[in-house]
Amino acid sequence: MSNSKLTRRGLIKTGAVAGAAGLTLPTYLRADGHAGFTNAPTGDTVTLGFNVPQSGPYADEGADELRAYELAVEHLNGGGDGGMMNTFSSKALKGNGILGKKVEYVTGDTQTKSDAARASARSMIEKDGAVMITGGSSSGVAVAVQALCQEAGVIFMAGLTHSNDTTGKDRKANGFRHFFNSYMSGAALAPVLAANYGTDRKAYHLTADYNWGYTTEEAVKSSTEAMGWETVAAVKTPLTQTDFSSYIAPVLQSGADTLVLNHYGGNMVNSLTNAVQFGLRDKQVNGKDFQIIVPLYSRLMAKGAGANVKGIFGSTNWHWSLQDEGSQAFVKSFGTKYGFPPSQAAHTCYVQALLYADAVERAGSFNPCAVVEALEDFEFDGMGNGKTLYRGDDHQCFKDVLVVKGKENPTSEFDLLEIVEVTPVAQVTYEPDHPQFAGGNLGTCNPGA
Amino acid sequence: MDAIILQVLNGLDKGSAYALIALGLTLIFGTLGVVNFAHGALFMIGAFCAVTLSRILTLSHTIIDDTKKDFLGNPLKVEVPYIYDIFGQTTGDAIIDWAVPLSILFSIPVMVGIGFAMERGLIKHFYKRPHADQILVTFGLAIVLQEIIKYFYGANPIPTPAPEAFTGSFDFGAMLGFDPNTIIYPYWRLVYFAFSAIIIGAVFAFLQFTTFGMVVRAGMADRETVGLLGINIDKRFTIMFGIAAAVAGLAGVMYAPINSPNYHMGMDFLVLSFVVVVVGGMGSLSGAVLAGFLLGILESFASMGAVLEILPGINQIIIYLVAIIILLTRPRGLMGRKGVMEE
Repeated sequence: MSNSKLTRRGLIKTGAVAGAAGLTLPTYLRADGHAGFTNAPTGDTVTLGFNVPQSGPYADEGADELRAYELAVEHLNGGGDGGMMNTFSSKALKGNGILGKKVEYVTGDTQTKSDAARASARSMIEKDGAVMITGGSSSGVAVAVQALCQEAGVIFMAGLTHSNDTTGKDRKANGFRHFFNSYMSGAALAPVLAANYGTDRKAYHLTADYNWGYTTEEAVKSSTEAMGWETVAAVKTPLTQTDFSSYIAPVLQSGADTLVLNHYGGNMVNSLTNAVQFGLRDKQVNGKDFQIIVPLYSRLMAKGAGANVKGIFGSTNWHWSLQDEGSQAFVKSFGTKYGFPPSQAAHTCYVQALLYADAVERAGSFNPCAVVEALEDFEFDGMGNGKTLYRGDDHQCFKDVLVVKGKENPTSEFDLLEIVEVTPVAQVTYEPDHPQFAGGNLGTCNPGA
Repeated sequence: MDAIILQVLNGLDKGSAYALIALGLTLIFGTLGVVNFAHGALFMIGAFCAVTLSRILTLSHTIIDDTKKDFLGNPLKVEVPYIYDIFGQTTGDAIIDWAVPLSILFSIPVMVGIGFAMERGLIKHFYKRPHADQILVTFGLAIVLQEIIKYFYGANPIPTPAPEAFTGSFDFGAMLGFDPNTIIYPYWRLVYFAFSAIIIGAVFAFLQFTTFGMVVRAGMADRETVGLLGINIDKRFTIMFGIAAAVAGLAGVMYAPINSPNYHMGMDFLVLSFVVVVVGGMGSLSGAVLAGFLLGILESFASMGAVLEILPGINQIIIYLVAIIILLTRPRGLMGRKGVMEE
């Protein structure tokens, strides 16, 4: 197991950013606050909009996101034990709300459908006066809501969204993503796969037929091919597919010895269950044991697939078993309040809420353009992922990525994954104009009204 | 050749599920004249019977293990199933392992009960109403049932594995003289196919060889005349509704290990099952079974790599395409009778 190390390059970059920020304080950071933007809070409260799936296939994940947001609001308002506010490197948050205004929230149901998510976000902005929208459990939803927030002039702090496009071709100035992405999964997984399964493998991809599936397939394909693997076939599977047997059965005939399941949620649960039923993992092909890989893991998926995940490699954004101070503080306050450890979706949502609040405090204003400036190239630590940079070029967070595998002997229904490696941020960093992210333009921030 | 055999095999288990659901749909339609959109929900509830029984079998009491710590550093609470206390750990584990097959016994009374309650409580009030009303009320009922299940079991799929003895797959390729590993087929899917064949056979035998079945068939052909002969056909039709519900439920129970049950699985099958019924011919039991297997196999073929290369996207539309062709050439479906839904 390797741990994240601060690289020389990273240190210089950090120093440069910190120095630049200190020398040239942006106008917004000096301003006392601005009116003249959408939903400028006037009373002694501020309303945040939590847009999570409360119905549909990701309702359980949405429920966990909402728990995290409620915890974040409690901490922001000075309740509870403060959680990661105590370990967060920025000390702007005082536990007295945001800029002294008590934090209130409204919730919307994305249903994991782009149109429903836009409608609920719009309602929270127009009717409830939400000054920021956050949450979600799908890239389709994130991209749609992000575009809406850009038009409406509010900040969008993305929840769980892993497609490259969210901060690639569909990036927007008002949108920010803390969660990692397909490229990072590929870059983190490839060396671990090479070390465990060798560099001479024939891979067969099954890919969910939508945006996230494509970017994940591309990322895993390019990073595994770069280390010598061959891609035998890549087959698209309908998003509504429930039985994958007709896609799994031809895998062995193709001569492949590795199956990559670019599936999420119910798709992944079913395709992995089917693959294990077909006995793929007991087979020997090309003189090697057949292997299955799941590029993106979530706890709910691992739970749904049960014992089938044992020993299968994948990646996650965060895991509750991390031993750093931030993670432990979060697990403690979440676990004490709800009785079980938080999921990675809960973690990213909690962090996003705190990051937004902190940016407003540092900017001294709720004005979205001030918040954008405060978040861009902001470097922080103590939030469970080590040193993290919110890159200004594409509003993507850069931090260590966890490579995990299904645990052989889980002790509880939450103890399903074990961390195999913490891939240092340098290994998953890419240029903003990398081909997998090309074609996007942040544009300029929109403060709205 | 081996690829073709493989996809035929693959189509069989999917076809089995379609056939079992379509069989129940047709039984209800043929006897009661009701288009039951809640039938997929019955399939889903069947699968949740398996989930429920495995939860009952693993009902536990907690003991505190001071030697281990939980994620918050407190002493670990270990769940010990009551069944261990009764039968000991080895026998207890074996019983838990066989939860799905045991659920067959558990689900029959549950499903027949639900079927009776549905028919007596709601659907009987809609016999004389237009088909559109029946569709609306049963579709609404399906959504209600789905939400009830989601409330109690959550939205996430729940793994419900088959007994250990049936894990792994059978190498047909080696048996038929092809290269090893070219035609493999999971044991549980073979079990599912055999189970479906038995259930379908039993339903046909029941209708064909028993007096009860004869009366039901007579009622299906001419309800009024049978009623005039002094036979209480309504009561028999209610029983048929219960049987149809049990068939859908059993299809669901045995399907649970194939794909982890979730609250939405009924809807996934419902639309396809209606296509199956229409292709087979409204009101025709053998048509439903035939069309179920036919469409299951065609769907498997359509997702073959070689086919997708020539016709991309065919896997998503094949069933509807075949339905259109069959309905254009045989408007009553493959084995439809004259006069059904044509008044």
